[in-house]
Amino acid sequence: MQRIGDAPAVRRLLITAAVLLAALFLLLPLVAIFAQAFARGVDVFWANITNTYTLAAIQLTLVIAVLTIPVCLVFGVALAWLVTRFRFPGRRILQTLIDIPFAVSPVVAGLVYLLLYGRTGWLGSWLDGHDIQLMFAWPGILMVTIFVTCPFVARELIPLMQAQGSREEEAAVTLGAPGWTIFRRVTLPNIRWALLYGVILTNARAVGEFGAVSVVSGAIRGQTNTLPLHLEQLYQDYNTVGAFASASLLALIALLTLVAKASLEWRAARREDHA
Amino acid sequence: MSIRLHAIGKHFGKTQALEPVDLDIAEGELVGLLGPSGSGKTTLLRIIAGLETADREPGGRILFGERDVTHLHVRDRRIGFVFQHYALFRHMTVFDNVAFGLTVMPRKQRPSSGEIRSRVHRLLEMVKLEHMAQRYPAQLSGGQQQRVSLARALALRPDVLLLDEPFGALDAKVRQELRRWLRHLHDELNFTSLFVTHDQEEALELSDRVVVMSDGRIEQIDTPDVLYRRPANRFVFEFLGDVNHLEGSVRNGVLTCGDARLAVDLADGPEELLLRPHEVELAEKPAAHAHMPVTVTAISPVGAEVRVELAADWLGEPWLATIRHADYERLALARGVRLYALPRHWHRFPAERDHQPSKTVATTS
Repeated sequence: MQRIGDAPAVRRLLITAAVLLAALFLLLPLVAIFAQAFARGVDVFWANITNTYTLAAIQLTLVIAVLTIPVCLVFGVALAWLVTRFRFPGRRILQTLIDIPFAVSPVVAGLVYLLLYGRTGWLGSWLDGHDIQLMFAWPGILMVTIFVTCPFVARELIPLMQAQGSREEEAAVTLGAPGWTIFRRVTLPNIRWALLYGVILTNARAVGEFGAVSVVSGAIRGQTNTLPLHLEQLYQDYNTVGAFASASLLALIALLTLVAKASLEWRAARREDHA
Repeated sequence: MSIRLHAIGKHFGKTQALEPVDLDIAEGELVGLLGPSGSGKTTLLRIIAGLETADREPGGRILFGERDVTHLHVRDRRIGFVFQHYALFRHMTVFDNVAFGLTVMPRKQRPSSGEIRSRVHRLLEMVKLEHMAQRYPAQLSGGQQQRVSLARALALRPDVLLLDEPFGALDAKVRQELRRWLRHLHDELNFTSLFVTHDQEEALELSDRVVVMSDGRIEQIDTPDVLYRRPANRFVFEFLGDVNHLEGSVRNGVLTCGDARLAVDLADGPEELLLRPHEVELAEKPAAHAHMPVTVTAISPVGAEVRVELAADWLGEPWLATIRHADYERLALARGVRLYALPRHWHRFPAERDHQPSKTVATTS
């Protein structure tokens, strides 16, 4: 029996269109990044990567990512737990609030943080009086990165925990298990893959975030420049190879993320088959 | 250990899921909580377990033996709880599931790992699953999973065992088997157990006493025998089995309904009688006390008795009669055959406490 739209001509046309689009819009730019990065040889590439400012940017980016992940992890798990295991007034509103960072443009987020915590801002002027500087320094970058990435873990966990229900946890508590033990031995093993997936997405976004960070960072070379900001500066300075060398690093991180994500999904599918 | 409840009620928001109830369960008793869905039986069970908190009413008390557990946390109540859908820990083996309660005990009270192992194996032996110890729940059948969940609940030697629709998700044959097996286990180990079910047959077969509930109220608490023979009200009667209705008006000791007549010893006025299927006899001729012509519309000869569906102009809804196979053959029953129904016995609940409180009711016994 033939399915609707399954004529050979239609099929060939659709496949060709899909492959062509994927090649033009996804694959070609990726190849171009690496081609440009190595356009003047490995030595020049390496020199650009090991440049002091580039190294500083890499370091800052990694530090921000490493600090962001645990915060998002704890926040995401706590929030998912709260929303799926308890009934309280305002629960739905809270679930909607989680999505604000997805809905708001990152630049707007950056500006709002600047307005609040900048030197003349509402909270910032008080902080300034106590000699605490958040904006145009790494704490500001961390703050906006957390804002932008905080929904990822919660968004991964909520549907899963809703589907699993709380019966296993109830069973554990009737067997006398204390709260922390229940979380460690019953809840966590059931959500670990979704959790890891959420962390991978969080990491990808934390490393790549540009808009929000560019507003609050001040882009001081060697101090508050993250890798995406550094890349943009190099490009503005007509250092194409340098810019693409940095870009290739970001692309590499993205590729690793995709591989990790795909292998997790593959694992999940295999586990389903077993069950 | 005995379970005693006093004035335990529950509201969910503004709806009353459970009217304040009193309930006494003796040590070693196996009691069924029976009712349709929404009758509050599961809520009551979960309150006893501590998974749900009762309304804070001044007199509300839950006692296990002499121990007041009203304000005790679930984990300190020493109960075993069996869930309808087993709620096994899906990422643990059967062995680890059963051992869980023992391994999460405070370090000082926890048995040695050797003792845990031997205790778990004894439990698995009891539920006949020793050879499945290293399997995961997803690799077991529903009946096996429920047995694991029972072993897990019994591992801590609980004071009381609470089961929420323990056989509800299983197919009929496995359900029968597990039911019998639970009864044996109960008689052997003699714990106090309370189970929830919406299946009348299950409640009557398994329980020492049955608590019939509807609309968040306890309608009757009795042994299965008394419950079936002397139902306290119409709800209990109708819930415990198939019912045939006969509505008509009585005049001079004869109830008339269309062209059907039945001699009754009742005062004049409208009347509704209820009959169980086995209380309806079938005959080729009307009797002196009953003239009730019916037509056979369906026959199901499967089982110990033959189920016969009867229709007539004077009947709103068809009747169901169960007769012996011998009578079935003697009467040469077939679809379309015309016969006479002879009520052997009937019930009436005139003093019905109606579920709409606006109606007033007479108080006849």
